[in-house]
Amino acid sequence: MNETLEKRHMGLKASRTISNTLIYIILIVMSVVWLIPFICIVLQSFRVESTWQVGYVVPQQWGWDNYKALWNSDFKRWYLNTFIIALVVAVLQTVIVLCMSYTLSRFRFKLRDGLMRFMLILGMFPGMLTMIILYRVLKDLGLTQANAVPGLILVYVASSGMGYYVSKGFFDTIPKSLDEAARIDGATRAQVLTKIILPLAKPIVIYTILTAFMGPWGDFVFARYVSFGTSAGMNVAVGMYSWLQLDQIGQKYTMFCAGGVIVAIPVTILFMCLQKYYVEGVTGGAVKG
Amino acid sequence: MKRYSDLEFLKLSKGQKFLYKLQSFFAAIPRAIGRFFLAIGRLFKNIGLGIGREFADIFNTFKEGDWKTRVSFLVMGFGSMARGQVLRGLMFLLFEAVFIFYMVTAGGYWMSMLPSLGKIGPHQEYNAVLDAYTTAYGDNSFKILLYGVLTMFFIVAFIYTWRLNVKQNKIAQEYLRSGRRLKSSGDDLRSLVDEQFYKTLLALPLTGILVFTVMPIVFMILVAFTNYDGSHDGYNNALFGWQGLANFRTMLTWTGGGGVNYSATFGEILTWTLIWAFFATFTNYFLGMFVAMMINKKGIRLKKLWRTILVLTIAIPQFISLLYVSKMFAKNGIVNGLLLNLGWISKAIDFWGSTAHNGLLPRVMVIVINIWIGIPYLMLIATGILMNIPADLYESSRIDGANAWQQYTKITLPYMLFITGPYLLTSFTGNMNNFNVIYLLTGGAPTNAAASGAAGSVGYTDLLVTWLFKITTGAEAQYYLASVVGILVFLVVAVISLVVYNVLPSIKNEEDFQ
Repeated sequence: MNETLEKRHMGLKASRTISNTLIYIILIVMSVVWLIPFICIVLQSFRVESTWQVGYVVPQQWGWDNYKALWNSDFKRWYLNTFIIALVVAVLQTVIVLCMSYTLSRFRFKLRDGLMRFMLILGMFPGMLTMIILYRVLKDLGLTQANAVPGLILVYVASSGMGYYVSKGFFDTIPKSLDEAARIDGATRAQVLTKIILPLAKPIVIYTILTAFMGPWGDFVFARYVSFGTSAGMNVAVGMYSWLQLDQIGQKYTMFCAGGVIVAIPVTILFMCLQKYYVEGVTGGAVKG
Repeated sequence: MKRYSDLEFLKLSKGQKFLYKLQSFFAAIPRAIGRFFLAIGRLFKNIGLGIGREFADIFNTFKEGDWKTRVSFLVMGFGSMARGQVLRGLMFLLFEAVFIFYMVTAGGYWMSMLPSLGKIGPHQEYNAVLDAYTTAYGDNSFKILLYGVLTMFFIVAFIYTWRLNVKQNKIAQEYLRSGRRLKSSGDDLRSLVDEQFYKTLLALPLTGILVFTVMPIVFMILVAFTNYDGSHDGYNNALFGWQGLANFRTMLTWTGGGGVNYSATFGEILTWTLIWAFFATFTNYFLGMFVAMMINKKGIRLKKLWRTILVLTIAIPQFISLLYVSKMFAKNGIVNGLLLNLGWISKAIDFWGSTAHNGLLPRVMVIVINIWIGIPYLMLIATGILMNIPADLYESSRIDGANAWQQYTKITLPYMLFITGPYLLTSFTGNMNNFNVIYLLTGGAPTNAAASGAAGSVGYTDLLVTWLFKITTGAEAQYYLASVVGILVFLVVAVISLVVYNVLPSIKNEEDFQ
C-alpha cells in the first residue's frame, strides 16, 4: 500500500521533470531563434572582407570599417532627423493623448458617446488612403523633401488624438471618488487633473512617452512619401531602406547592419529600462479593449 | 428552426449545443439586417424632426425676442455684448467677421467651382514677347476640391455657431426675465478650467483630428467619384472632373475598362488579405499564450531572462528586424548560404520568389515571420491576464481530477477569450491593414502574372493596403482607384467589426469598470 503510493509519487515527480525539461528545451530553442537575427546583424556589421551578403555568419576579418563608412555617409543626418522627430513627437503626442483620454474617462458631456463612436469608425479607414492628400498639403506648405522634419512632426502629432484607448482604460481604473473628494474641497477640474490624477498616472504617462518616442523610428511609408528622394529630409528607416535596394545592396549591405546596430542600441536600452511600464500599458490596453 | 427553452438547451449534447448556437446566429441575420435598415430609417426621421424643431425654435426666438435679440440674427454676438457678456459677444462677432471675409475673398470662388472642379485646363497660349505658343495653366482641380471641402466644413461650422448665437440670446432673455444674473466674462473664463474644462482639453486634439484625419478622409472619399490620376493631376497635364459611380462600377463588375478584370484582382487580394489576417491573428494568439504559459509554469526558472529575450524584438524598430530577416532569406542570403555550405540543399531556395501553388511558399513565410514578430506582444498580454486567473480555480479542478489539457480548455482558454475578445477583433482588423510586415518583407512579391495589369503589378503576398499603396505610386498613379479600394476596405472592416461585436460575449458596459 505504502509502496504503491510512493511509486505514484515518484511517477508524478518524474513526469514533472520530463515536462520541465521539455519546456526548457523549447525555451532555449526559441531564444536562439529569436536572437539569431540580432546576433547575425551585429557580427556582420564588423565584417571587413566583403560588403555583400555571404553564406557564413562569423566574419573572417574584423574591423570598424562599416561604422566609419556610416560616419561619412548621410546616415548622421537621418539619425539626427529621426531623433528630433521622436523627441518632439514624444512630448506633444503625450500631451494630446493625455488630454483626450482624461477627458473621455472623466467628463460626461453631450457629444461624448457620439465622439467616441465616430473616432472608432474613422479608425476603420486605412491610413494609407489619406497619405496622398496629406503629402500634397504639406507640399503646398513647403514642408516636404528637405523640410520634411517639421512636416512629419505636424502629421504625427495632429492625428495622435485617436490613440487614446490604452490611457483612457488606465484613467478608468483610478477611482472617481478621488476627484469628487477634491471637488468638494474646492478644487477646480483643472486642479484635480494636475494635482491629483497626473501624479497617480505616472505609469501611463511613461508608457505613452515611450511608445510615442519609438513610433517615429519605425515609420517608413509616410516618411518616404514626404522626403521624396531628398536625402536631407529622410529618417533612418527611409534612408536605410534605399541601401537594401538592388542598385546599392552590393556596397551597402554591411553598412545597413552597422546602421541597424546604431539605431537599435539607444532605443533598446530605453525600452529595457522602461519595460515594466510598457508591459503594464500593453496588458491593460488589451484587457480593456 | 426549432427554438429551445433554457432548460431544453441545457439538456442538449455538446455538438447539438454548438449546432444550435450556429443556427440561431444565422437565423438572426435577416432580422439584424432588418433592424439595421429600420434604425437608419428612424435616424432620418429623427434628423428631419430635429431640423423642424430647430426652425420652430429659431422662429419663436425671433418673434418673442427683444430688439437686441433681433439684431443678433444679423450681427452675431450683439445681444451678448449689449447684455454685458462682452467676451462671448466679441468671439461671436469675430467669427462672423472672419467668415464673411473668407467667403468674399476666397470661399465663394471655391464653392462656385466645386460642381465642375475647374473649367480651364492647361492650354497653349500665344506669348507676344517670345513670339511663340507657351503652355498656360488654368484652374487647379486638386485645390478646388481641397478648398471646396474646407469651405463646406467652414460653412457648417458657421451655421452651427449662428444657431448657438441665437440660442444664447433666448437663454439670456429668459434669465433676465426671471431675475437671475448672467455669467460675466470672468465666469466664462473660469468655467473653462472647471465645469467646461473638457472643452479646453479637447480643443487641440480634436482640431488636429478634424484637419489631419477627417478632412483627408472626406477628400479621399470624394476622389473616388472623380477621375483623378497621374494623367489627370488637375493642374499640370489635365483637369479632373466628377465621374459619378463609374469607378465603383469598374471595380465591381466582372469586366473592367480596357479588358482589365479589376473585380477578379480585388477578389483575389481580398481573399488573401482575409486568410493572412486570420492566420496572423490566431497563430500569434495561441502560440503567444502557449509561450506565456510555459514561462509562467511553476518550477521554470529564469522567467525574467526568457521574457527579456523575447521582448527584444519589440524594442528593435521593425524596419531593421523585418528588412534584415527578409534579406536573410533572400536567394543569396545567409540562410541559403548556410544550407548550401552544409550540403543540405543543392540549389538555393527562392523563399520570396516562388510562384508555385499561388505563391504558397512566400505566403507561408510571411505568416511564419509574423509569428516571430508577434509572439512577444501576445506573451506579454497573456502573462498579465493569466496571472489574474484565481489560482484556486486550478487547485479545485486538480482535486476533481482534471488533467492539464482539461484545465486549459475549461479554465484558461475561456477566461482568455472572454477578456481579450475585443483585442482579438482589433488585432484582426489591424492585421488586415498590416502594411509594414508585408511591404518590408516582400514588397508584395512574387508578381502574380494573372492578376497584374490591373493597376500596377500585383503580387501574391500583396494585401489590399499594399496594393492601394502601389496604385498611388508611380507615374500611372490611379488615385481614384485607390480611393475605391480604400472605401471597400473600410466596408469590409466595418462589416466584420459589426458582426463580431454583436456575437462577442464580453461587450461590457463601460461604466461597470469604474
